[in-house]
Amino acid sequence: MTEQEQQPYRATPARRALAFVRNTWRGLTSMRTALILLFLLALAAMPGAMLPQRSLNEPKVQQYIAEHGWWGELLDDLGFFAVYGSVWFSAIYLLLMISLVGCLVPRSGEYVRSMRARPVLTPRNLSRLPHHATGAVASDADDVLAAARSRLKGWRSSERDEGEGVRSISAEKGYLRETGNLLFHFAMLGLIVAFAIGKMFSYEGQVIVHADGSEFCNSGIYAYDSFNPGLRVDGTGLNPFCVRVNDFQPTYTDIGQPLQYRADLEYSSGAELASNTWRPYQLAVNEPLRTAGDRVYLLGHGFAPVFTVTFPNGEKRTQATQWRPADQTTLLSDGATKFDPPGITDSEKRRENQLAITGLFAPTPVFHGKILSSGGPRLTDPAVAVDVMKGDLGIDSGYGQSIFSIDQSQVEKGALERVARENLRVGESVTLDDGTEISFEGVQRWVSLQVSHDPTQLWVLGFAVAMLVGLALSLLVKRRRVWVRVVPDGEGRTVVEVGGLARTDQAGYGDEFDEIAADLLNQDTRSP
Amino acid sequence: MPVDETLSRFSDWSYNTATLIYVLAMVFFAVEQAFGRAGRLRTAAPRRELVGVSASGATDPATLTPASNAIGASDAPPLTPAARRTTSRAARFGRMGVALTVLGVLLHLAALVLRGLATSRVPWGNMYEYMMAVCLIAVITWLVVLRKYPSVRHLSVFVLLPVVILLFVGGTMLYATAAPVQPALQSYWLIIHVSAAIVSSGMFLVPGVASILYLIRDRHESNPSRFAKVAGHLPGRSVLDRVSYRTTVLAFPIYTFGVLCGAVWAEAAWGRFWGWDPKETVAFVAWVIYAAYLHARATAGWRGRPAAWINVTGFAMVVFNLFFINLVTAGLHSYAGVG
Repeated sequence: MTEQEQQPYRATPARRALAFVRNTWRGLTSMRTALILLFLLALAAMPGAMLPQRSLNEPKVQQYIAEHGWWGELLDDLGFFAVYGSVWFSAIYLLLMISLVGCLVPRSGEYVRSMRARPVLTPRNLSRLPHHATGAVASDADDVLAAARSRLKGWRSSERDEGEGVRSISAEKGYLRETGNLLFHFAMLGLIVAFAIGKMFSYEGQVIVHADGSEFCNSGIYAYDSFNPGLRVDGTGLNPFCVRVNDFQPTYTDIGQPLQYRADLEYSSGAELASNTWRPYQLAVNEPLRTAGDRVYLLGHGFAPVFTVTFPNGEKRTQATQWRPADQTTLLSDGATKFDPPGITDSEKRRENQLAITGLFAPTPVFHGKILSSGGPRLTDPAVAVDVMKGDLGIDSGYGQSIFSIDQSQVEKGALERVARENLRVGESVTLDDGTEISFEGVQRWVSLQVSHDPTQLWVLGFAVAMLVGLALSLLVKRRRVWVRVVPDGEGRTVVEVGGLARTDQAGYGDEFDEIAADLLNQDTRSP
Repeated sequence: MPVDETLSRFSDWSYNTATLIYVLAMVFFAVEQAFGRAGRLRTAAPRRELVGVSASGATDPATLTPASNAIGASDAPPLTPAARRTTSRAARFGRMGVALTVLGVLLHLAALVLRGLATSRVPWGNMYEYMMAVCLIAVITWLVVLRKYPSVRHLSVFVLLPVVILLFVGGTMLYATAAPVQPALQSYWLIIHVSAAIVSSGMFLVPGVASILYLIRDRHESNPSRFAKVAGHLPGRSVLDRVSYRTTVLAFPIYTFGVLCGAVWAEAAWGRFWGWDPKETVAFVAWVIYAAYLHARATAGWRGRPAAWINVTGFAMVVFNLFFINLVTAGLHSYAGVG
């Protein structure tokens, strides 16, 4: 501060702030920073592959946290179970994007200038270039230049008169390299923006539909079993369409390996809904139904055992509730089919007489003693091993409960107790002490469908293809220069000098240069 | 589609034979690697003497050969032919190694094709088949590199070593009997996406190995006592760097294409084109690392050793993606067919 008078530059706060901003910008847009940010991005993405993620498997996240105590909770607080939405991950890619823009803007300007500029002046001493050839030819300078011009067709070239009859051509090729490079980077920016917009307006919903002609309509969130909306999706104004699942047929090899899953659908979308027009579609894995701007996927399938309960008063109730596959290869399934006793209006009393049929379902039953397991996914004389529970299911407790299981706390409380345990084949039944008869009537199939909506995915695809094209151009095109200088020696001969320079660090220009030089120097008349 | 078990058995035999032949080729290349350069050095010294004796003034080996023959024919056999014999013997071992490698590739290819014919589908539906295909591409890539840079032939032993290890692991621990693929894999994208992944992964093996050798050579050059035995026989850093870079530059767009096709397929099969499935994530990480490699190689202060490290890391990620993600984590890409 004491030397302030001697300094022409005064570090006022405004200037200091400006310098700080400028230096930050320079630092941020330097290649070094970009490289470090790239490594950070790679590093930050890894936990997403190593740790369970909320978006993929919430139960596994809960299990991980439970198993790892404070460590799990710390990871949770730091966002390690939702890596790609975490602050730190976002910060890295936002910084990288800023760095990219800071790099691309000046480069675009330079690119435009270089596309307009004439190829650079011919260097005075061509023999200093990495590629060089010289010789004398027995034709005059005009002919040599004309030959050079036609040989360098397709090159951007410029001719200059250097005085005293000396003339030169400078030519350059491979501008597509930089074009491709810029295309790649801009397309990447576009892709990221389109991806981000897509994430805001997209939604994904899963629903189980019985394959017996049941319908699903994309009319709102309530129609789904689970629904993941983007930030700007409130569940209203979904694209209108309905899907009816008429049948589902899997095919298997002899050893029970699945060969094909196919669901017979009918669908109706948009204006067709009003006129009740339905069109058929064969839904299969890898072949989603695309309609009304949405896609419908076949995610999985399973069984819904059909039970009929004949209550002591003679009333019958039949239900087919989906059970979930516990084993994906044998499709051994578990679940709970729940019944309310009919004709009881007193809620207290009703709650003492609710029924739940829980247990296992095997499409191809194998019994080890009385223990049921499944020998394969095919439906061959299916069987169930059920526990019949009676009492208060806890459905009226105000808490939601899984469709696939009973509330174990009700059992622990003693409010719900087991009144029968039995293995049943189709057509068999079990009678409870109070005369209630439960019969296993058969089985239905269900499919689990996913509806996806992403308004920008075609944009993302377009940008991705542009990236690929740009990448190939920028890596495989070689930027190179060639110069030709002709000096008439006054005796009807012309000394031709050729120099070449590859502007990229990729080898392989040598051969092309040698060919050009050989053509121009016309080997035969070459002087030593 | 029944599985033809006879063809499948022939495929297994081809596979095992190819692996054995690669091992044999490795032995030949190892001999060349061990004696090649040393032999060449030994010829260089007497050659100078010879030039002095014959006084022909020719330093060109082409003109040297007849001169030495003339002397050799005159009377006492000089040292030169013996020394040269060492070199040429080493070179002959190298050439035999290449011939064996080509034979190995043919059998390897036969194993793959027979698998495809046995199952009536593309032969990359589980991890065993995938590894077989990746190794095949790696060896083919190396043979192409050899055509461009014949001087690196003696390095073949370093390229064949990981290939043989992978083939051994594949054949013993990951072996899966020939069978049709599950519905999720029944798509023409299996042909496009997986073949792009195979080709790029196989190609990435070569720059991965070249970069490791670069690092060894680099250590040796900054301190000649380190890796003296191995590094002395390695080619210069610039050659290794060029082999790495040119292979990476070809493999990277194919890899990008593979990821892109994967996204298109994922859109059709899983309902979204990108969902941070573990396999997708690590593929993304490897992509970012290779992108960093290309940038590093164009940035002052990052060329050479840092770039080589980045390339090695990139290949490590590819291997990690193959083994760890397939076998340890559970994701949508669980098609290994192991266990």
